[in-house]
Amino acid sequence: MLYRTVGQFKTSYQADQALFPVRQDAFLLGIILLCAFVIFPLTASEFTFQTLLIPILIYSLAAMGLNILTGYAGQLSLGTAAFMGVGAYACYKMVTIMPWMNPILAVLLSGFFSAGIGVAFGIPSLRIKGFYLAIATLAAQFFLVWLFEKWAWLYNYNASGAIQVPNLDVFGLYVSGPLASSMTQYYVVLIIVSLLTWVCINLTRGNLGRTWKATRDMDIAAELIGINLMRSKLTAFAISSYIVGVAGALFVFQWRGAAEPNLFDIPLSFQVLFIAIIGGLGSILGNYLGAILIVGLPVVLNIVPEALGIPLSSATVEHLNIMIVGSLIVFFLIIEPHGLNALWRLIREKLIIWPFPH
Amino acid sequence: MLRDIFITPFVDMWTAPDFLMQVLWEGLVSGILYALIALGFVLIFRSSRIFNFAQGIMVVFAALTLVGLYAMGVPAWICVILTLGVMFLLAVAIERVVLRPLVGQPDIILFMATIGVTLFLIGFGEIIFGGENKVMITEELGIPTDSYLLEPFGGLLILEQKDITAVAVAAMLVVGLLVFLNRTRMGRAIRALGDDHQAALSVGISLQTIWVLVWFIAGIIALVTGIAWGARAGVSFALEVIAYKALPVLMLGGLESIAGAIIGGLMIGMLEKLFEIYWGQPLLGGNTETWFAFVLALIVLLFRPQGLFGERIIERV
Repeated sequence: MLYRTVGQFKTSYQADQALFPVRQDAFLLGIILLCAFVIFPLTASEFTFQTLLIPILIYSLAAMGLNILTGYAGQLSLGTAAFMGVGAYACYKMVTIMPWMNPILAVLLSGFFSAGIGVAFGIPSLRIKGFYLAIATLAAQFFLVWLFEKWAWLYNYNASGAIQVPNLDVFGLYVSGPLASSMTQYYVVLIIVSLLTWVCINLTRGNLGRTWKATRDMDIAAELIGINLMRSKLTAFAISSYIVGVAGALFVFQWRGAAEPNLFDIPLSFQVLFIAIIGGLGSILGNYLGAILIVGLPVVLNIVPEALGIPLSSATVEHLNIMIVGSLIVFFLIIEPHGLNALWRLIREKLIIWPFPH
Repeated sequence: MLRDIFITPFVDMWTAPDFLMQVLWEGLVSGILYALIALGFVLIFRSSRIFNFAQGIMVVFAALTLVGLYAMGVPAWICVILTLGVMFLLAVAIERVVLRPLVGQPDIILFMATIGVTLFLIGFGEIIFGGENKVMITEELGIPTDSYLLEPFGGLLILEQKDITAVAVAAMLVVGLLVFLNRTRMGRAIRALGDDHQAALSVGISLQTIWVLVWFIAGIIALVTGIAWGARAGVSFALEVIAYKALPVLMLGGLESIAGAIIGGLMIGMLEKLFEIYWGQPLLGGNTETWFAFVLALIVLLFRPQGLFGERIIERV
């Protein structure tokens, strides 16, 4: 009843193509943003910040990066975690070489390093397609993680082989490292993620996004109508890796606080891929829905047996978690192969015409 | 530096041929195992276009079931038969629960579904059998565990009998599989399904039966791989990592080719050992086996996008 399009006339193509053709969508987004910027930070506990809010945002960002490459440009990648690692290590090197540098700037710049490496590993995509390309991106995954382990310069010759985030401040306010408060970290993540989401939404709606979609749907046909495939695929790799790299830098600097090379191993890649696919390939909103599910689910599953008073060892809970996540992935793929985003779209259409079925 | 890359390794190989042969033998044995896993992938990919990521965990699961049953006091040979039964049930369950509702979905969805199955089996296996490393029941299965000492060129070459058994069994399995695929009704049906789904369906081949059959064969291959690898390194979830090794083998050999899987597996097994011993350890700090196969396959693929033996990719608009 609240969700009605009646009376919202479009008198120009521009109005029809607008980001929010339905006024209620803009309203809904307003509420979500209000929640994210004001209500959550005021009400959230330390636990909520660290286990839900911050990781959900960071995973959404990483999935968004992957979604640009896989969902929009159609190039399946299994190397996401390695590119996150490149972002994290680049950021670490920058803030340790230049300690006076603004850490937020460092996070944003670190994306360019992973973009460069992403383009280098994207070059084979010009000749290799489908699953062959997916395996080729695994080359990046395994090679880069090996490099993080063996190239001691990257972690400043630490004995532990791990990178440790130092205390960094912007104008006297600590934004990362052990001294930073969760709320500051959350705001940093939120602002960067919102900014990049805004950029992504507009990129995928514009010329570049349409070029990517044409490449995804059939690259030969796209080439025949004059799309430069090399430019289309490599820009997708560059922009995707940039976003993934920034997500990786945030992952370590705003959330984990420290990172070992094997953190960026293949399970992380799959986790991000799950989020992108369960959320819906080729959508921006889906990444958030997917991240809420994949990040939130284990937290809920950890709380439930305790709340019900069922005594289970933590190892059993962990294994049960893996099992349940696995079966839920299959379950969601069966009920809606196009992801949660498609589910939301369906609900929205039903709402508009409610109570009539057609 | 250049000397270290281009001259020293070859001098080393020339001066110690027995060591070179040992390295090649080790490479050959692991290559056989990569090839076996790749074979499981290829069979399923050919008949259903599903990129079965769960092959690695099926290896672990088969091996764990076998060891777990033996620990319960079941005689070794009955364990093998029971494990085969479990693998059959697994094939039926996967076909029923996962694949049937997903028929006709895009490749990537089916691929994700197999990753879901992988996660499920990891959790399930850990709960039932526990995560600790177990010893494969090598001797109980009648596999000899001694080793032959050969002395070529006055050096020393150690061939473990269980490795020889693994190679022999793998070879038998491959021959049996080829005979099955080419000479029997069921085998021809599998190949027909791989060539053209709709044409195969229209002449009365049952998709469901064939899928169960193919997953069951993949399960048998998984059991053999599990026994062979478990005899070398013990049975644990770390075995799952070798599944990743089968992926570059597939790239190199082509996703559709059985011969490709075998030759690719042997090539990768030997080349990565050679690279690790003669270049990786002295120059790059070792452990290059994690990525060498992938980089090699990537380079080959740049020149032959369908792999060495894959079907030629013909693209039409």
